[in-house]
Amino acid sequence: MNYADLFRATLPETALEIAALLVLVIDLGFLRKTALKTRTAVAALVGVAGCGAALWALQMQGSAGLSYGDSVLLAAGGYIAAAQAGILILTALTLLLLIDSAFTRNAGEYVAIVLMAAAGGLLIAAAQDLLVIFVGLELLSLGLYILTAFAKSSGKSAEAAMKYYLFGGMSAAFLLFGFSYLYGITGSTNLHAILLAVYGWNAYHAAPLLYVAIVLVLTGLGFKVAAVPFHLWAPDTYEGAPAPAAAFIASVSKVASFALLISIATAASHVFDGRQFTAALTATVIPAGAPRPHVYLGFATPWMLILTVFSVASMVLGNLAALAQTSVRRLLAYSAIAHAGYILLGLAFFTYSPLSTNAILYYILTYGLTTIGAFGVVSVVERATGSDKLDSFLGLHKRNPLLAGVLLVLFLSLAGIPPLVGFWAKFNLFVAVLSVGAGPVPFALVALAIAMSAVSLYYYLQVLKRAYVMAAVDESPIKSHPVTLIVLLAIAAAVVVFGCFPVLLQGWIASFYI
Amino acid sequence: MLAWTIYLSFAGALVEALLPKGKNALARWFALAVAVLGLLHAVGGFIHGMGQGRIVIVDLAWVPSMGIHYLLAADGISRVLVLLTGLAAVAGVLFSWNIEVRTNEFFAFYLALIGGVYGVFLSFDVFLLFVFYEIAIVPKYFLIAIWGSTRREYGAMKLALFSFVGSAMVLIGLLAAYTTSGSHSTSMIDLARAGLPVGFQMWCFPLVFTGFAVLAGMWPFHTWAPTGHVAAPTAASMLLAGVVMKLGAYGCLRVGIWLFPHGLDPWGFSLLGLGSWRDVFALLAVVGIVYGALVALAQTDFKFVIGYSSVSHMGFVLLGLMTLNQIGVTGAVLQMFSHGIIAGLLFAIVGRIVYERTHTRQLAELETMHLGRRLPFAAWAFVIAGMASMGLPGFSGFVAELQVLVGAWMVRPWWTIAAGIGIVVGVAYTWRALQKAFFSDVLPTAHTLEQEHEPTHEFAAITWPEITGVVMLTGVSLFVGLCPRILLDTIEPAVKALLAGGGQ
Repeated sequence: MNYADLFRATLPETALEIAALLVLVIDLGFLRKTALKTRTAVAALVGVAGCGAALWALQMQGSAGLSYGDSVLLAAGGYIAAAQAGILILTALTLLLLIDSAFTRNAGEYVAIVLMAAAGGLLIAAAQDLLVIFVGLELLSLGLYILTAFAKSSGKSAEAAMKYYLFGGMSAAFLLFGFSYLYGITGSTNLHAILLAVYGWNAYHAAPLLYVAIVLVLTGLGFKVAAVPFHLWAPDTYEGAPAPAAAFIASVSKVASFALLISIATAASHVFDGRQFTAALTATVIPAGAPRPHVYLGFATPWMLILTVFSVASMVLGNLAALAQTSVRRLLAYSAIAHAGYILLGLAFFTYSPLSTNAILYYILTYGLTTIGAFGVVSVVERATGSDKLDSFLGLHKRNPLLAGVLLVLFLSLAGIPPLVGFWAKFNLFVAVLSVGAGPVPFALVALAIAMSAVSLYYYLQVLKRAYVMAAVDESPIKSHPVTLIVLLAIAAAVVVFGCFPVLLQGWIASFYI
Repeated sequence: MLAWTIYLSFAGALVEALLPKGKNALARWFALAVAVLGLLHAVGGFIHGMGQGRIVIVDLAWVPSMGIHYLLAADGISRVLVLLTGLAAVAGVLFSWNIEVRTNEFFAFYLALIGGVYGVFLSFDVFLLFVFYEIAIVPKYFLIAIWGSTRREYGAMKLALFSFVGSAMVLIGLLAAYTTSGSHSTSMIDLARAGLPVGFQMWCFPLVFTGFAVLAGMWPFHTWAPTGHVAAPTAASMLLAGVVMKLGAYGCLRVGIWLFPHGLDPWGFSLLGLGSWRDVFALLAVVGIVYGALVALAQTDFKFVIGYSSVSHMGFVLLGLMTLNQIGVTGAVLQMFSHGIIAGLLFAIVGRIVYERTHTRQLAELETMHLGRRLPFAAWAFVIAGMASMGLPGFSGFVAELQVLVGAWMVRPWWTIAAGIGIVVGVAYTWRALQKAFFSDVLPTAHTLEQEHEPTHEFAAITWPEITGVVMLTGVSLFVGLCPRILLDTIEPAVKALLAGGGQ
């Protein structure tokens, strides 16, 4: 590793950081006297340009990662590049939603922090080393805490940020504690080396310490993806945070965290499925004549078991709790928990082949896209009516037909109605789970997931019912900023087009593997 | 040619959604034009396909990584049901001529539903079929919830959730079948040829069959049907009873029976006299026939009578499918067509012609209104529709139910005997409704006498769309009843090929 390598490998992150500084310089240096609207627009556009530059850098970077010695610190190419590109595109979309909002007078700082958090997201998507993972996670999380608190005049925003921060700090402590055990057990901070060592070291030993470490690590990561039972922050944060920040938390942060989980799962299954590793292992680690474990119990079983428990709990609790919500933001939070549950199922039954990875990526990217759109609609309605309660959506089809149409498409997609993209996301994921795990257990889990998504239709229809069916109390039109409307229409169009032609997005993800 | 029915309907739905508000007449005429064009294509496809087997219309790789095809094809069964959809669609537009609220949105949802239904009948890829099947759910919800009547939000939500749970069961079964078969194609022709393990079919079949049968109104999963039908606006209940319930029955036949032929094999043991899934579902079908008829006999709401009669008549379809012999299954398909026409007609008379003028559907109130004298057109239309519904010779229902009963007799005579009770009760409830609603001698109350003396209180005249719709539907039922060969010649070879299995 030399500095040239480091620079090349972190070119997209660098581009984002430069853009962040540029935003601050422009906003604080040149635009102090101009109107808030102009400042917000300029800051958001510079931010979007930064994302574009980072995307370009990502293309240039190719598939060479960053290694120290023979251990990989940052991987590149393949699913990682796809996840990173997704993070950048979704970040740009959340920035475009900012143009219409007026929760802060410090637009420059807001955009700068979003870009830095996105850089953290890029890092954890690529990280293959415990230390890099932790640094990336902290960079992302600290940004998110600040973004949540950004509406300084709102008590709810401060409360949400405080809750998020306290839970987040606790979970970071758990994660770090788990990492320290892993390092202590295996003597390495590289994911692949750790799993390889765990495999050899533990082949014939019971390892309570390893189980403790896995539980601690998954506690930390479960918090990031808002899996039950570490989901308590999500409804409050989604409700209190300013809408663009909530959209960022619900999409970009989720994509990054799931990309990290994919990395760990890939490393774990790599040991079993990857040819070069198993060949070396059978020679060195497993004595001649000893039976080679078909499924290695030391890591895989607790990992699968915990993820399955998280998944089932999230699917059931998320969907059932969403039924009782009266605030659309809280409803979206519980639905996010439920969606995280479906994805965790894909991680629990994971295979090294791109089948699982692609299904999970497809799911999380389309979910991120849809949920940004949903928060966009909520924020427009909220500004007009002053509340995000279900009843503030009454008569939306009269007050703003286009917005109502976008809401219809996005919510039906979240419910998994074909031919919208949400259906294919679930479909791919469940096919992946069933092809990896044969037998009654995965089948029952998939059946549960499908049954739960039938439940979810009810609460999505509760919102659509108010928008389309029930009589409006107030029929004055709701105005939306043209940029917001264009972004929302573009998202809805993407949801329909990707749904009718699922090959487009699959091809896009696959194109990163070349 | 047939594929255009789908594209036209969806394009029409999109145009309707974008039409300016307030241009109600334009929206109506446009919807009628789209529906008629669809019907013309359906008729064209039907005539073109006469004497031919399965015709593949379009076959493209849709999701190559999963082997999902965009495969539209039509065999005799599809062509008959597409024809039914075309007829029901035109009649539905005619009978919703009086929709004044959000007219363009109504027809947008309406045409989207029609497009989904056409799509299901023409799909020969399981997942493509499933996609169209689900597309049909959402417009139903909005049609009922926005433009419906009695307890519309409840009825709409119940219907949407029942449909969605049913389709969830189907999806679970199909995913399991897809991963078990290891096939690289989800085309039903390939799947049927490849064949699934017998043990797997035995447990997966009931899942898929029940999932589809929910929408076909199989007892005891029928409860969405009466409430949904009653809550729905006339055109939507016509479509619900006329074609949407057929989607379920069609799914049972096309996916359930074709892809899982061994699912109906004997279990090898017998429980309470039931030795196979075939016995179980036939029993449920027979219970549905009798139960639906008996409940219809006890209703006080005119529309509920028709709603429960649908459950009873759909029982014949399911019973026909369970016979698994040529005559029984042919009868089931013909019954789908016949019931689609007759139920549409009955709902049109009750929901549009009568209710829009009397503003009540309670038989007790209708009794006092002397509708036989005041709405002779409605009364005689109902007499004809009622005779068709009872299965009188000369109407399509007779041929269909007769074939089902003959087919059932060949398998288990007691099925026929039990279903025969249902027919007798069917005559009773139709007669009762007919008499109470139109030809009652109950003395008018002081209230109605007072109204009758007011010369201003006249029912609105029967409009031309109503006359056209009634004439069209009765004409079709009579025509098919008099020369059933015209449909049977198309249905029979297709049923034969389907029962032979193996992707024929």
